[in-house]
Amino acid sequence: MFWFILFFTVSIILVLGNNSYQRAYFVNSSNTVIGSFYKEVNAWKGYLSLNETNEKLAQENVLLRQQIQNLLQADTSADTVHIVDSIEQGRYSFIVAGVANNSIHLKNNYLTLDKGAQDGIEKGMGVITSNGVVGFVVQTSKHFSTVQSLLHPDTKISVTLDSSEVFGSLVWGRNIDPRFGMVRDIPNHVQVKKGEKVYTSGYSLFPAGIQVGEIEETGITSGESFLDLKIRLSTNFSNLHHVYIVKDLMVNEKQALEELTENNG
Amino acid sequence: MGKVILYNIIRFVILIVLQAALFKNMGYYNLATPFPYILFIFLLPVGLPNLLLFLICFLTGLTLDAFYDSIGVHAAACVVLGLFRISFMRVTIEVDMQNSFITPSLSEMGIKWFLTYISIGTLVHQITVSFVEIFSFTNILYTLAGTIMSSIFTILLILLLSLLIYRKKSRVSNF
Repeated sequence: MFWFILFFTVSIILVLGNNSYQRAYFVNSSNTVIGSFYKEVNAWKGYLSLNETNEKLAQENVLLRQQIQNLLQADTSADTVHIVDSIEQGRYSFIVAGVANNSIHLKNNYLTLDKGAQDGIEKGMGVITSNGVVGFVVQTSKHFSTVQSLLHPDTKISVTLDSSEVFGSLVWGRNIDPRFGMVRDIPNHVQVKKGEKVYTSGYSLFPAGIQVGEIEETGITSGESFLDLKIRLSTNFSNLHHVYIVKDLMVNEKQALEELTENNG
Repeated sequence: MGKVILYNIIRFVILIVLQAALFKNMGYYNLATPFPYILFIFLLPVGLPNLLLFLICFLTGLTLDAFYDSIGVHAAACVVLGLFRISFMRVTIEVDMQNSFITPSLSEMGIKWFLTYISIGTLVHQITVSFVEIFSFTNILYTLAGTIMSSIFTILLILLLSLLIYRKKSRVSNF
């Protein structure tokens, strides 16, 4: 009985001591042994969905080609105004990584990527795919990194609606379905249409204007003055193979400034 | 004796690999998630000293936690499962057998004993996982539904695995 109490207490201390920002423990999926294991398994699993992956890459190519075309046209005509400030150009750079491990069936879902500190990945960077957001990096080792997925109760991403410039936060909420998410804290007076697109706001780790999903259901009221929206996520979490890690070159400057105001207040 | 240790190590590796590579991808949303790796703990030799048993349970849980990024949750659940194992065997197995190093498998103990053993054990393990994971009693019906569905899923998979390695064997030949 004594041994039981001892081991059980140690386990509970481990559980309580674990939160997503200060996971100093060695035991997680970005350690070398487990990371390599998952990478190996995924190398085999990748063959099963080659067709789908190819198709997605081809689609993304088409999209990028269109964007190039648009930019070329915009350059030649003098009357267009650039919405993006020139200082924003080159603010973000992207690192491509393969998904070594992914879960969607748990209450707290994490991913493991096959690139780590050696490739310039740091804690707190955002992770996206070609058509949506995925999560952010919580832990890195030399060759691997662990990502806290959007499908995790602690993940919160600042988003904005297509029609009105209001901000809300995207969470998984109390969902059990990896295809849907919730947008919280939208003011009550805003008119929201079904099928409207939702984008990142640029206030959190992600660049502005990345599509995260479409509104599926409106009119879920959480409190007195806020609206909850159920949205269909554009990221297909059950089939992730390649993701982009967003490297914000101004993150230090932004954080330093924000900390300054926090200290004063 | 050496053979028993070797078998258990092989069983550990196979079950953890299966759990991490195969069963982790199975499930019905997050309502039912199977954990058949606990078959390893079920099949540890009967006469194991308590300290050693708890230590093995703890380390098994911790290994799985590494794969699931859920540090401590499975370690706690496996230690509780160890406690269940000790009390269950104290009640149901004769004293002279309690000190032998036989494996309490389906072929060794018979279907009735084995089924009771794994059913209650899985339920105990699953309940601990659910409550340690969320650490609250809100939304208790949803949690209980998930626990029961996961347990049934796990029990079915464990039975399937046990039948795969089933060998018809006379109990008398052991003595």
